[in-house]
Amino acid sequence: MTNIAIHTDTQTALCNYVLQLADTNLILGQRICEWCGHGPVLEQDIALSNIGLDLLGQTRSLYQYAAELQGAGKTEDDLAFLRNERQFKNLLLAEQPNGDFGYTIVRQFLYESFQQLLLNELKKSSNKQLAAIAEKSLIETNYHYKWSAEWVIRLGDGTEESKSRIQKSINEIWTYSGEMFIPSAEEQLLAKLGMIPDVSTLENAWMQKVKSVFEEATLTMPEAMYMQRGGKTGVHTEHLGYILAEMQYLQRQYPGQTW
Amino acid sequence: MENKDWPLWEIFIRSRQGLDHKHVGSLHATDAQMAIENARDVYTRRMEGVSIWAVESKFVHASNPDEAGEFFEPAEDKVYRHPTFYDIPEAIGHM
Repeated sequence: MTNIAIHTDTQTALCNYVLQLADTNLILGQRICEWCGHGPVLEQDIALSNIGLDLLGQTRSLYQYAAELQGAGKTEDDLAFLRNERQFKNLLLAEQPNGDFGYTIVRQFLYESFQQLLLNELKKSSNKQLAAIAEKSLIETNYHYKWSAEWVIRLGDGTEESKSRIQKSINEIWTYSGEMFIPSAEEQLLAKLGMIPDVSTLENAWMQKVKSVFEEATLTMPEAMYMQRGGKTGVHTEHLGYILAEMQYLQRQYPGQTW
Repeated sequence: MENKDWPLWEIFIRSRQGLDHKHVGSLHATDAQMAIENARDVYTRRMEGVSIWAVESKFVHASNPDEAGEFFEPAEDKVYRHPTFYDIPEAIGHM
């Protein structure tokens, strides 16, 4: 009996963790795709959409796995389109509005530099499915990281205006970066089982990575500050409701509608 | 940084190992590295390539269309310049 109970707990935790990964990618992917047709130049417009769609692709593998873990006959679409704000477990960072190009770049850079560290650990997971998804995603993430770091350097070490604007974005968004390293209950449990890395141990490496890029970009690291949290447990900023409303409208209005 | 200030680059893509780089089009970028990254996003998103060359368009020198006559016409009646008069041994196969 006890064994079954533990197994069920692990299964639920794993499912919630996979949803957390998937939701962050979905929301961030949706955000980036909002740039479609509005990019500063055609080439970057396409680059942004490519990244957004990469994230969406990763999301699909994760939702499919989460649906399988739930075992309730749900599909990836049910998970994306028929859950409410409080059921979404994405990082607060992901749902922040695009702002200007510099803000979008910083948001992406902070996330991808973390994601690169996380996936490098996850690909060694004892859970074969997680390991496989991580390994496949990492190739894309490496490019996203390179692309966003390049732009942080270009804008930081660019003109006076680009520098002051991206520095302002960094200072504004920084408060949403700490959540990545504060483990949720699920993350704690799974880390204890050795299935996933303890995210709090990734913070130093992340900080070093970010710092070296900021230095090259002649940008200043923000002082330690209070870190917003809540996304992983479904407590979001006011922005998530709007993005879900836009994303889910069609499925809510015309249930089961397909292309 | 207005778009009009970004120089134009010509992009060449090798579609498979062993094939030549082929001109695929042009794009705007501030420098060579950005040109290659932009080319990756603009021209290889449907598995078109395994290698990219970028050349700033101003470095491409072209023949003058007005001189097309004296440049190219003289070659038209000189079929003997084609190596089609040799018998290729069977063993060589398709050349």
